[in-house]
Amino acid sequence: MTSLAAHDVTVSYSRQRVLDRVSLHIGSGETVGLRGPSGGGKSTLVRVLALVQGADAGHVSIDGTWVAGARHRVPAALRTRIGVLFQSPREATDPRLRLDDIISEPLRATGHPDAAVRERVTELADLVGLTADLLIRRPHAVSDGQLQRACLARALAHRPSYLLCDEATAMLDASTQAHVAGVLTDYQRETGAGILVVSHDHALLTRWADRVVDLQTQERRHAATAA
Amino acid sequence: MLDALPRRRVLRLRPGQTGTLVAASVLAVAILACLLAPALWPLDQSAVALDQTRLPPSWAHPAGTDDLGRDVSLRALYGLRVSLLVGAVAALVATVIGGIVGGIAGTLGGPVDRLLMRVVDTVAALPHLLLGIFIVAMLRPSLGAVIASIGVTHWLSTARIVRSELLSLRNRPFIDAAISGGAGRRRILTRHLLPHVLPRLALATTLMIPHAVWHETALSFLGLGLPPHLASLGNMINDGQGSLLTGAWWASIAPGAVIVVVTLAIAALAVRWREYLDPRVRAELQL
Repeated sequence: MTSLAAHDVTVSYSRQRVLDRVSLHIGSGETVGLRGPSGGGKSTLVRVLALVQGADAGHVSIDGTWVAGARHRVPAALRTRIGVLFQSPREATDPRLRLDDIISEPLRATGHPDAAVRERVTELADLVGLTADLLIRRPHAVSDGQLQRACLARALAHRPSYLLCDEATAMLDASTQAHVAGVLTDYQRETGAGILVVSHDHALLTRWADRVVDLQTQERRHAATAA
Repeated sequence: MLDALPRRRVLRLRPGQTGTLVAASVLAVAILACLLAPALWPLDQSAVALDQTRLPPSWAHPAGTDDLGRDVSLRALYGLRVSLLVGAVAALVATVIGGIVGGIAGTLGGPVDRLLMRVVDTVAALPHLLLGIFIVAMLRPSLGAVIASIGVTHWLSTARIVRSELLSLRNRPFIDAAISGGAGRRRILTRHLLPHVLPRLALATTLMIPHAVWHETALSFLGLGLPPHLASLGNMINDGQGSLLTGAWWASIAPGAVIVVVTLAIAALAVRWREYLDPRVRAELQL
């Protein structure tokens, strides 16, 4: 069974329950849309699935392996199988680093040799459409769209089996949005990766995703069974 | 006429840079004078000249002489050496203590963080000059005692800065992205956390130097700091206050002016540096 899945995940922030026994699975080669109101826990679910945030109850499994804990308690080899594209590229990048360093960071962090890293960065930059003169700039000197392209390149650096996109195209102009979607679709066709697209834009989800999951109806279902 | 234009553009300073330049020059002159003083103008710390007491400022003695006939300007220069040394070393000691405490609290979080921060709150609740006086009073008057007294009482703000910086960084999405990319604990610390914290730590140290200099002055003024024969700005102001009533105003003026000017110069540079650390301002400067 090859899928990234959340099983009855519950997360609360200081007594406010954000996710209540939410289950979701993303199969290989599948594009799943996730929608829900703002503040409804979409980003939290993405963070839990990306293994950077722990759940109060419930589990995440990746290809049948149950994952205990989150962040550094999870082996790096497991974390790197999931790529994440965050909503705000400004927040998701270190303002001190150049774009090429941002893209190469995951590879250097996992000890890839220098030459291989350089080659892969050129390949990735080419893939997402970043020119060499942009790569030597820092985040403040590029646009949101260009920075999100760098984030996409970074997310793809380890050739992840699953990609989580948290409102990744919401802040971008139409042409960049289409380009990012195109890169993701190509990557999926090539590698058979599973993709989760989070958005509040229903039209975008129905156009792009194979099926759409609504966070609210999921939670309402629980309310019904409990009653 | 046309040749003159580009030259003027080179010389023109951005708004706010004139002050920085003045502060930097003042500090450079002060530090240079401190470094060269023993070679150029040697001073016998215990020498007195009782036939030249309380002379008003003149060409021979630009800031006059004190009630033991010692040249005030030269002693003020040696006093500045002591003050800057004490200020810099004490600020460094405070930064190291504060950096370690704040670093542990900010990285470990949870109960360790709460415990350490309550310790910080407790120490902060005591008047720190009083605590410093208590510490020097227990030790023999010496340079080391003054440095220890200032360093041990001034690490609190540094600890708070480092802790809050680490806590706010820890939850930033770019740290999440790095963890997701496979970075281990050590790499997160050395590559993503420290590079953000260290410049702020260095800035906190620099801002602490003027404060530490004032503390040395205050302790010496109270007679608790350095041995009286050793020229320090605090000692000199303390000695000079007796002469004020007899009309020898210059004995306190020179050391007082030196301390105000030099500490203001350091503070001005530190403030400018803080502006530079703000990414938005830095972006403007680079583009």
